Amino acid sequence: MSNGSAAATTPGLDFEQPIVELEARRRALELTTQRSPAQDEELRQLKRQIAETTRQVYASLTPWQTVQVARHKDRPYTSDYLSLVFEEFVELHGDRRFGDDRAILTGWARLDSHKVLVVGHQKGRTYKERSNCFFGCAHPEGYRKAILKMKLAEKYGLPVICLIDTPGAYPGIGAEERGQSQAIAENMYEMSRLKTPIICIVIGEGGSGGALGIGVGDRVAVLEFSYYSVISPEGCAGILWKSHQYAERAATALKFTSADLLRLGVVDHVIPEPLGGAHRDHHQMALRVKQYLLRTLRELSAKSAEQLLDARYEKFRRMGVFLEDPAALEGQ
Amino acid sequence: MPTETASQRPKRGVPEGLWIRCPGCKGSIYRKEAEKLLNVCPQCEYHFYVSALDRVRQVLDDGTFEEIDAQLRPTDPLEFADQKPYRDRLIAEQQRTGLMDAALTGLGMIRARRVAFAVTDSAFIMGSMGSVVGERLARLVERATAENLPLIIISGSGGGARMHEGILSLMQMAKVSAALARYDRTGGLFISVLTNPTMGGVAASFASLGDLVFAEPKALIGFAGPRTIKATIRLELPKGFQTSEFLLEHGFVDRIVPRSRLKSEIARAIDYCGK
Repeated sequence: MSNGSAAATTPGLDFEQPIVELEARRRALELTTQRSPAQDEELRQLKRQIAETTRQVYASLTPWQTVQVARHKDRPYTSDYLSLVFEEFVELHGDRRFGDDRAILTGWARLDSHKVLVVGHQKGRTYKERSNCFFGCAHPEGYRKAILKMKLAEKYGLPVICLIDTPGAYPGIGAEERGQSQAIAENMYEMSRLKTPIICIVIGEGGSGGALGIGVGDRVAVLEFSYYSVISPEGCAGILWKSHQYAERAATALKFTSADLLRLGVVDHVIPEPLGGAHRDHHQMALRVKQYLLRTLRELSAKSAEQLLDARYEKFRRMGVFLEDPAALEGQ
Repeated sequence: MPTETASQRPKRGVPEGLWIRCPGCKGSIYRKEAEKLLNVCPQCEYHFYVSALDRVRQVLDDGTFEEIDAQLRPTDPLEFADQKPYRDRLIAEQQRTGLMDAALTGLGMIRARRVAFAVTDSAFIMGSMGSVVGERLARLVERATAENLPLIIISGSGGGARMHEGILSLMQMAKVSAALARYDRTGGLFISVLTNPTMGGVAASFASLGDLVFAEPKALIGFAGPRTIKATIRLELPKGFQTSEFLLEHGFVDRIVPRSRLKSEIARAIDYCGK
């Protein structure tokens, strides 16, 4: 699905109920063939009311509601951006070692005059697609495919664009047998020294190591209602509160919304979403992503590989918050 | 140096008392005898928990350890609170373990070979990595790079990336991995030693990036916790799943090294690599 009518065909999230009700009335009026002048006026007012209500609801989302938006089944996925942002996508399959993980798509793409390599998590829209790609949870072969294609891009001087959207790396027997830890670790290690520009955007869920496995870049951006976390709110609640029931509280405690991420220095840029979230207007969202990518590519392509790598190292090197006790320093 | 506190504090994983119960063979073990064997069960060779300071004593030459970056202190950037505020939890863990955070880093000698050395203590908030652990490790790796020293990191972490510092903990994985990539470029030798348990974000970053990866016998090592996997796939997990032996069989560990031989194996590896 790649149009703006998503919200018109699917039931909204709980907190979107006021918007959904107004939209239902609007649709009914729009379908009326012979509208009276009074009904025309009502329709005009209704449209204004919808915009205002949407603005109000989305201006004050709680972290838990943000998670619901980031997981919305109509939120644009990597495949949507591939068709809306890029002129062409030439998929490259397989990790040359085990298989072709459908949870991560890789391939060449054109972005205006730029040739780039795109790597992105794919969640799938239909049930069949979703089960084929494990709901966007990659196996080691997905991470190995990603780094293999990134090295191809490095060799031929193509910038890399990573679109992050995963609940987390897949927790399963095969994934452990084939070295999930080692695959993710090696990706961060190699991405930190890949001699070509890397731009990462968290387009939906930034689920822990599964996200970071394609998340080391020169620029890391996040969409306004995406989240990026060390653990899912449910997982955190299960461990620290001993019950998934506390997911909402964990979501607040983990400080993972786009505003938090910017404040903590983990992301460079927040890309604003269209009114009422990316799921309401794929085209508008894709346009904003495209503008960000073009602007950032221009900026990065002016730098030498050495400058890029030094700055990339320093960017991650600075992350973290701690204190230095001067008394202990003197004692050393 | 917090050495004096080591003998006073309770040791997690090794219950107090004359006799201890071995989690491996369920046998009753005379505590002194296990201690003589570096906390290994004399009946089944189960490797018990070892504190960071005991590990320093077991692996480095006597009196050669100089801790670095001891001045780093954890703080509470998210003002995180679950059933207990993180701030209070930190103080409690510091008092209980005598450590400021879950990793000790420093320089020392192994059979007269100078090394950069780090160990995580799986008793300090599950050995999890927050900003201090990440910063200490990154600084150590940079020191090893600058001084061309072999690097030994002994990992024990059931927690992986520390939840209480949120996304900042996750980013430590990238930070330490990037430092290791630079170290690698200068020809450094990194020996990663995996102990029980090494999971999550620790397994999925520096612990898996050794030029050589050693593991203590029968340690639990993996990315996702067994309970998470079980809840996802709704199947029983195979016997021996996510153990050192399982990793060896699947090609992710170079050698399984019993604790009694760890020091000599590290020294030999350093010699083979000409470091």
